[in-house]
Amino acid sequence: MSTELLIALSIGIMVSCGVYLILRPNTFPVVVGLTFLSYAVNVFLFAMGGLKVGMPPILDEKVTTYTDPLPQALVLTAIVISFGMTAFLIVLSLRARDNLNTDHIDGKIYLSNFTDNKLIEPTEGSSKDQPERVESTTTSQQDILK
Amino acid sequence: MNYLPIWAILFPLLGGLLQLLIRNKAGVAAQRGLSLILLSGLVLLALWMFIVALQGERYVYYLGNWPAPFGIVLVLDQLSAMMVLLTAVLALMAMSYAMLRQIDQLGLHFHVLFQIQLFGLNGAFLTGDIFNLFVFFEVLLLASYGLMLHGLGQERTKAGLHYVTLNLVGSILFLFALGAVYGSLGTLNLADLALKVGQAPLERQGLIKTAGLLLLVVFGLKAAMFPLYMWLPATYASTSAPVAALFAIMTKVGIYALIRVHGTMFGAEAQGLAYFYQPWVLSAGLVTLFVAALGVVAAQELRRLVTYGVLASVATLLIAVGINTPASLAAALFYLVHSTLLAATFFLLADLISEGREDIGDRLEKAPIMPGAKYLGIVYFAVVVGMVGLPPLSGFLGKALILQSALAHPWYGWIFAVVLGSSLIMLVSMVRAGTLLFYRLPPRDGRAIIPLQKTALLPIYALLFISPLLVLLAHPITEFTQQMAQQLLDLSHYTQAVLANPMQGGH
Repeated sequence: MSTELLIALSIGIMVSCGVYLILRPNTFPVVVGLTFLSYAVNVFLFAMGGLKVGMPPILDEKVTTYTDPLPQALVLTAIVISFGMTAFLIVLSLRARDNLNTDHIDGKIYLSNFTDNKLIEPTEGSSKDQPERVESTTTSQQDILK
Repeated sequence: MNYLPIWAILFPLLGGLLQLLIRNKAGVAAQRGLSLILLSGLVLLALWMFIVALQGERYVYYLGNWPAPFGIVLVLDQLSAMMVLLTAVLALMAMSYAMLRQIDQLGLHFHVLFQIQLFGLNGAFLTGDIFNLFVFFEVLLLASYGLMLHGLGQERTKAGLHYVTLNLVGSILFLFALGAVYGSLGTLNLADLALKVGQAPLERQGLIKTAGLLLLVVFGLKAAMFPLYMWLPATYASTSAPVAALFAIMTKVGIYALIRVHGTMFGAEAQGLAYFYQPWVLSAGLVTLFVAALGVVAAQELRRLVTYGVLASVATLLIAVGINTPASLAAALFYLVHSTLLAATFFLLADLISEGREDIGDRLEKAPIMPGAKYLGIVYFAVVVGMVGLPPLSGFLGKALILQSALAHPWYGWIFAVVLGSSLIMLVSMVRAGTLLFYRLPPRDGRAIIPLQKTALLPIYALLFISPLLVLLAHPITEFTQQMAQQLLDLSHYTQAVLANPMQGGH
């Protein structure tokens, strides 16, 4: 009972943190929020076979009860996929930071004068709609990653 | 024959890997040649699968030869064969356009991503296991992120960030739904689920229903169902034309998943939960169609107008699926083929038009007359006729079939009002846009212009040509879609075909 409560609470707390963070206006909190959500869903998937402590997931002659091995396999797949996706999103966020000169998710730029906290659209329209060659962009990506 | 489904998945995967290997060694020409060979091969393979599936049998491939509810299965039936064929034809045309316009050279790995995208799409259409469906969704999404951002540019990065984030949230919801399905039913095989949902105890039904509605949210996000459609106009309008044309099938993946997963899990055998999702789908479809019509009116750019046209076609499909009779399902499948091809045509055409208008681009303003305006104007006229649903093109037939099937539905008044009203609104705005683009334009004032690249019209003509073909062959095609709808609704045969022959694998 107490394990179930613990698992349920931790999933709930992680989901609420994740939802709060993905509603933030900057890319970094959004990435962290998505990570929280994927942790939560991994624990959720893991718990879906039913919680049994200390039981083997594969056939063993000495025991009679098992934990369900399938959710463990599913979690493994989910972890790998969410890991890859997060990595991609981080690179894309860096790319957007470089490309839009801001880390606001809508590409808006904060005025340097923070008193009225207004947002403006980016004014430099020069590179707008003009696809750049990737050769040049990959080098700048490497610069960021250094 | 049972090996067919796996071939349709392996072929683009191996093709993508091969593309990756030859890129540095053999150069652009070899890469393009290989791409054409691979895509034509895929079309032929899909055609073969389609002809085989027409016989009415289901071909099941057991991966690793594990018996059905335990291992992963791939199922080839008429619907999946049709989707694979549609994807292959669309991909060939989009890729030819990209090559003719040099769009594949804007960045690295266009050809690789394209093949991987097809790998994910074919996998999603052929799998018979919902966790596997999730995996293929991720594959096609990851490739689509790459394709969508291909060539970069500010607008594209901004829209791409939203697209990626939204789809990641969608994937997480998908996993929650899968967890709830597995936790309450103990299986992830679609055929097995169809049996287990009906036998589920009453106290589990709430959880199953929640999982079903969560899945509806996920597929609705893919299909751009109201209120989850906001990402679509920005994404499709900012990406390159051939990618947008290929993405015409991406929204249909959501519709396909809805028909396949919900139609199977919560089909006639689900007892208390049978078709519980239909009112949700129908009302969401009606609202989406209304919103899409407003979007078409409000669009300031041609490409944005086309994206709302895509949204309208998705909404019409949702309505047809929501009506839920064999006739409406058959009409939906007919309309799905028509709308996918026509949306792709429109995206390619919009790209050529905006190219001819130089710095004014695709904004809906008066501009000096574009080169080759008569060719483009004729195609624009035909595409609008098809998209709005006027005779004699296939859009009319599709909408007529859907409305005919709606007559028996208690909400038929609403369905007729929204479908016909939105068609009228779309017709008026698209005609207004056409007038701005093609009529009474000032002549060119001697500035250097880029002539219209006539070869780039070929894939557009080829795609457009299918629309009158759908009308001319309407009788056999509607008979076929009716047969397909019957096959989809015949769940007992589906479950038998998937579950009843373990360990044979079809040698």
